[in-house]
Amino acid sequence: MRIVVDLNRCQGYAQCVYLAHEVFRLNGQEALTYEPNPDDERRLQVERAAAACPVQAIVIARVDGAEGSATS
Amino acid sequence: MTLRATVAELVREFRASGRIVIVGASLAGLRAAETLREEGFTGSLTIIGDEPYEPYDRPPLSKQVLKGWVPADHTKLPRMREVDADWRLGVAATGLDRATKRVRLADGEQVPYDRLLIATGTRARQWPNPTEAALQGVHTIRSRDDAEQLQKALAEPPSRVVVIGAGFIGSEVASVCRELGIPVTVVERGSAPLVGALGGVIGEIAAQIQRDHGVDLRCGLGVSSLEGDSGGHVRRAHLSDGTTVDADVVVASLGSIRNVEWLEGSGLAAGFWGVGCDAGGRAFDINGVVTDSIYVAGDVARAPHVLYEYQFLAMEHWDNAVLGAEVAAHNMVNLEPHYRPHLLLPGFWSGQFGVNIKSVGVPPFGDEIVFTQGSVEERRFAAAYGHRGRIVAAVTFDHGKWLEYYGKLIEQSGPFPPPPPGWDQPPDMKPMPAEFPDPRVPTAVPDVVLTGHAPSERTAEFRPRRH
Ligand SMILES: Cc1cc2nc3c(=O)[nH]c(=O)nc-3n(C[C@H](O)[C@H](O)[C@H](O)COP(=O)(O)OP(=O)(O)OC[C@H]3O[C@@H](n4cnc5c(N)ncnc54)[C@H](O)[C@@H]3O)c2cc1C
Ligand code: SF4
Repeated sequence: MRIVVDLNRCQGYAQCVYLAHEVFRLNGQEALTYEPNPDDERRLQVERAAAACPVQAIVIARVDGAEGSATS
Repeated sequence: MTLRATVAELVREFRASGRIVIVGASLAGLRAAETLREEGFTGSLTIIGDEPYEPYDRPPLSKQVLKGWVPADHTKLPRMREVDADWRLGVAATGLDRATKRVRLADGEQVPYDRLLIATGTRARQWPNPTEAALQGVHTIRSRDDAEQLQKALAEPPSRVVVIGAGFIGSEVASVCRELGIPVTVVERGSAPLVGALGGVIGEIAAQIQRDHGVDLRCGLGVSSLEGDSGGHVRRAHLSDGTTVDADVVVASLGSIRNVEWLEGSGLAAGFWGVGCDAGGRAFDINGVVTDSIYVAGDVARAPHVLYEYQFLAMEHWDNAVLGAEVAAHNMVNLEPHYRPHLLLPGFWSGQFGVNIKSVGVPPFGDEIVFTQGSVEERRFAAAYGHRGRIVAAVTFDHGKWLEYYGKLIEQSGPFPPPPPGWDQPPDMKPMPAEFPDPRVPTAVPDVVLTGHAPSERTAEFRPRRH
């Protein structure tokens, strides 16, 4: 699955880190880094993290990506 | 039919069967495509990109990817909806013919459009000496491939890395090197890291943080040449003070160049600072007349901003690409009075040395700075930038939750120094000069650039031609 975190919005509350620590990590006090392409097994965890994010900064793909890839 | 009904019919018809071409298949291009479909555009959509990849996200490249946590190919952007486009990836646009409304491609093909979106972004400025730039071990970082190669080189690990240029990306690379335990020398022409983007007062703090983390930071110096061994691998950097630094990886982070060359001869207002457009993303032609069919978004766009005295702003920021693309796409399938402006308050984040640095507004527009919250000693603070008695930007180090507070004040043209937030105030709240370098002094280029003249300045002389 593909995700992106809008780090302009993210306020480092770390809710996502508690709920899916393999996917979201804090580097220091509040700088969030994350795995943008977590295993599908983690989907539930990631969805919970996205729902728990107080500022809705975690964006999850709504459709699968490979649609219409390279033509040349 | 009334004129009004005819116009409404034309819009309906364009949405149903018009042809839209997007050049640049990255963040802005993808988000624009999604918005076009969201707004009910069902005509033909072609997306042209010179990279062979589906749109991917760049900010992780200089952070979790370099560190080796996330593979470079994991950065594909999530899709918010099907865009049902004809993707032409791995082929560059090489020209634009506005008379016949066609985009020329590198493979000789021409793609006709009714409306065009330019989203070609920027590329990394290469080390200026081509022979030295071609040495093995000399890197820049903009694309997935760049990040992958540099990550491999860092994993070796090298005995020392030299980073040329201490803007955001150079500083992030240095930070990753230290996290990986790699010795690193940072050479910056300006007086401190981040000085172009945040000024000398904040730059001094960034310099201290780098030194605390063991970075060998050399400011006020340039790299004059790179020396390779007989195998063509870089081994040494010669600095402008006559000293040398031995290194087997060199990262040139010298700012970026806007991808506008393909627009040469098109008659658009395209140049060094990007493609000029109005706040609705409609491109200007070379005479400053707004076009009806060509739009611009993302890093390559520059538009006047009402909060900053209508100076043109070029912003190399993630949310500018997202929101600018959404506005441009909306305007592409609507007509007056339904146009929307893209009047974003610029915002940026950067993670380095375990510190979350965020800014809002345009710091280089300010000439004064005041610390408003937290503690500089603890590297946990907020500071506001002022210009003629009003707040124009703010920066936080590990104080991101407060950014919104300052953003609101900036939007309202609040006073400078700003009213104390009433919490966590530092003992000394005296404004001081923000110490931005003279824009003519070469340093790592700031990532928000004021590219116009302030109306009161009158630095340009203009002589209209008489026929
Ligand atoms: C390493 C790195 C770290 C970053 N970190 C941050 C951060 O922490 N915070 C933040 O706010 N921003 C960050 N940014 C900036 C952010 O990534 C950019 O603002 C964003 O990518 C801009 O999107 P864009 O679509 O306008 O341009 P780009 O992403 O540059 O995309 C333009 C695309 O067009 C293609 N193209 C160019 N010319 C042609 C042509 N003639 N024909 C066809 N295709 C063409 C390019 O190859 C590219 O794929 C970072 C950027 C980099 C490189
Ligand atoms: S929960 Fe949301 S705000 Fe908190 S760290 Fe995660 S993404 Fe950021």
